[in-house]
Amino acid sequence: MPTYQIKINGESKTVDVSNDTPILWVLRDHLDLVGTKYGCGIGQCGACTIHVDGTAMRSCSMTLEQLDGKSITTIEGLSDDGKHPVQEAWKEVDVPQCGYCQAGQIMTASAFLENNSNPTEEDIKNAMHGNICRCASYTRIRKAVAIAAEKMS
Amino acid sequence: MSTTSKNTFSRRAFMRTSTLAGGGMLIGFNLFQSCKPKVVPPIDLSQLDYNDFNAFIKIAANGAVTIFSPNPEIGQGVKTSMPMLIAEELDVAWKNVFVEQGKLDTENYVRQVAGGSQSIRFGWDALRQTGASAKQMLVNAAAARWGVDATECSVSEGVITNAAGETLGYGDVVNEAAALEVPEKVTLKEPKDYNIIGKDAGNVDINNIITGKPLFGLDYNAEGMVYASVARPPAFGQKLVSFDAAEAKKMPGVIDVISIGEKGRAHMNSENRNWSVRLSDSDKVVVIAESTWQAMKAKKALKIVWEDNKLESTEQHNKLLMGLLDGNKFNTMRSDGNVKKAFAEADEILERTYESPFLPHNCLEPMNFYANVTDEKIHLVGPVQTPASAATTVADMLGRDVGDIHLEMTRMGGGFGRRLYGDFVYEAAEISDLIRKPVKMVSSREDDMNTGVYRPAIKYRIKAAVKDRQITGYHLKEAAINSNMYGLIPNFFPAGAIENYQVDVASYDSNITTGAWRAPYTNFLAYAEQSFFDELAELMEVDKIQLRLDLLEKVKGTEDERIQYDPERMQNCIRTVVEKSGWGQKPEGVYQGFVNYYCHNTHVAQVADVAIENGNAVVKKITCVVDCGIVVNPLGAINQIEGGILDGIGHSMYGDFEFENGAPIANNFDRYRLIRMKETPEIETHLIQNELSPTGLGEPTLPPVGGAIANAFKAATGNRLYKQPFSKTPELLRVPEKEILG
Repeated sequence: MPTYQIKINGESKTVDVSNDTPILWVLRDHLDLVGTKYGCGIGQCGACTIHVDGTAMRSCSMTLEQLDGKSITTIEGLSDDGKHPVQEAWKEVDVPQCGYCQAGQIMTASAFLENNSNPTEEDIKNAMHGNICRCASYTRIRKAVAIAAEKMS
Repeated sequence: MSTTSKNTFSRRAFMRTSTLAGGGMLIGFNLFQSCKPKVVPPIDLSQLDYNDFNAFIKIAANGAVTIFSPNPEIGQGVKTSMPMLIAEELDVAWKNVFVEQGKLDTENYVRQVAGGSQSIRFGWDALRQTGASAKQMLVNAAAARWGVDATECSVSEGVITNAAGETLGYGDVVNEAAALEVPEKVTLKEPKDYNIIGKDAGNVDINNIITGKPLFGLDYNAEGMVYASVARPPAFGQKLVSFDAAEAKKMPGVIDVISIGEKGRAHMNSENRNWSVRLSDSDKVVVIAESTWQAMKAKKALKIVWEDNKLESTEQHNKLLMGLLDGNKFNTMRSDGNVKKAFAEADEILERTYESPFLPHNCLEPMNFYANVTDEKIHLVGPVQTPASAATTVADMLGRDVGDIHLEMTRMGGGFGRRLYGDFVYEAAEISDLIRKPVKMVSSREDDMNTGVYRPAIKYRIKAAVKDRQITGYHLKEAAINSNMYGLIPNFFPAGAIENYQVDVASYDSNITTGAWRAPYTNFLAYAEQSFFDELAELMEVDKIQLRLDLLEKVKGTEDERIQYDPERMQNCIRTVVEKSGWGQKPEGVYQGFVNYYCHNTHVAQVADVAIENGNAVVKKITCVVDCGIVVNPLGAINQIEGGILDGIGHSMYGDFEFENGAPIANNFDRYRLIRMKETPEIETHLIQNELSPTGLGEPTLPPVGGAIANAFKAATGNRLYKQPFSKTPELLRVPEKEILG
């Protein structure tokens, strides 16, 4: 099997997997970074969202070949201590119910707010529309993204 | 009233204390035993090993308090709210309390279950009394040391103060307290004195969730663990004939390909049979690999021959269920007066039929479980709502002593009823038993949707008789796949309010597995009934709200003990939602729909506001009033209420799950639509303030909301909706063209 060098959360990692392995499973099964979740495997639910060079991407639908030379951030690397403004806002609003989708929600929200620090409610709804929350904690997600935007601006 | 000053439980059976080896006090209690009406004989104290306890409080010598929460956490918030009840009466500062999920060891844990929105309701007295008993023992220990009477001492946030102003922390006296008798009587606080109950408390796992720590079953890892992907029959009614694994076995990372099923079948014939093992009817083929991806990929390379036997379809079910409604073979669940006579004498009759599809649970964390079967013990770890029954079933299946089983529960990525059924636990255990390796069985989303335990498809027919502008008869018929409504439901509203009242049920036995889905039966019945009352009020030309209030008035003072709901509490919810939603006073262009409902011991009233956007009716706002008694944790309560409402809107709008040739047409989120952000309206919640014992919130706001939006859609478009999901008939959600133009 080929060996790949990838940069994850600021660290260089070597992984030895087949070239079609989705990055989601590289993270979860090979690098012990299980914060990134499996929900559907076809890019529909957003539970596996990571940042690739700062852009929110679906890790279940990307292979290592597509990530060559790019820098990856997962929920574990979003901040040192859970103090990213989006994480703080999630805590302030007490968003989670079961909590399973929340890493993906936070990764989507944090990438979005990097590019739009003063979003309208419509902007927030559009940005978060791709992430499913089965517990439907959507009203709190909306509120937390708005609070995070204030913290970041 | 909720507060009691007397301990009504058998203390000796319910609580034990002991000194911890490293200093400090351990209090074990059996929440579930204490809930039973009969008194359990006391256990010999010398035999104390906590075998009968399912929750613990640990007070360390440094005063740190750890509460081990007994019930499974599926997102309903009990890991936060149940310890709050203990901490309130223990009189410690909530911020200083550590909460841990009680370890799941079948030796120590029995009757732990998450389901039916009952955790808080059943735990209310027992958890508070446990906290109060521990506090009293700590105070007694301090009083003894000071040589004063315990009644002269007061407690605030874990610090005991005597009349002279001297203080001792809980940590200072724990070792002495542990040696004392458990008090026979304790005094519980009056609600006005609560410091923790009724105050917002954040999710105790929040830091771990937002930083992506391993919490869920799918995150579990163990030394030498391998991964298993299970090929189950792709259609209900199919059975394994043979398989060719040659190609799969050549794939990278594949360790072995095996078949399972024998143990499950043997269990099905045993006297201890657990229903869930029905899923093991056919043998299954299992790929064992070094990683999840390799196992899932190799499964697709298997060549499997399945034998077809009775493949069912939605088209067929529709005919069968309609046939049941049209027929006369029913079980009567409740019959008051004479409905036949009421219909014969009626001035007017309204009869309507409402139809619902199957629904998958779609917990976002797919089914999975870890098992490690060795000669010495069986280690099971993962997300299951019914750990005790899972453990006893595995023991029975594998011919082992239940004492060999060590079961740990993880946080669950959603439950909604699916994880009440332990089929995934049995698969993992059978696989590990065969390969004798630690293994994690992982289902894909497609596996989950294809081989679920679905909400059954149901049809309701409701018929009402009106005479002299009064409802004189009400007849509800249910035709369901596999199983009918449970016994309490026929005693919900409008039972007791209408003289001639009857509930009849019939079912068709399908090979498609069905089971509990968040708010079983009521999740669809509430919409049917509340749509019916909306239409009935129109037919009778009476006010929709007044019709309900008048019916409830008739139930006041009823001597019928079967009646489940409280008419005063329901009326109060209705009047409150009318006021808060601005019912009937909205500007032009806002159309409203009203519902009221009781289920899971909680009373709810809702108003939906709908507007027309580009000719389509769109839900803009839900105003919701809830009476669940004392609200233990308002922050958590609102989350459950809002989530239940959006889940209810989502499934009544979009939940489309049909079968063809024994298999569901949709098996992932590309074809199965769940509610998403842009489809969520604003929600305004009002909690009725009272001092009645608390009831659960995991389910009650979900059932009625489908009715609220259907009634609002009717107001907006003139179209009545008789079938879920509503999105399947988009033409009915549009305002007729001429009205847009005109």
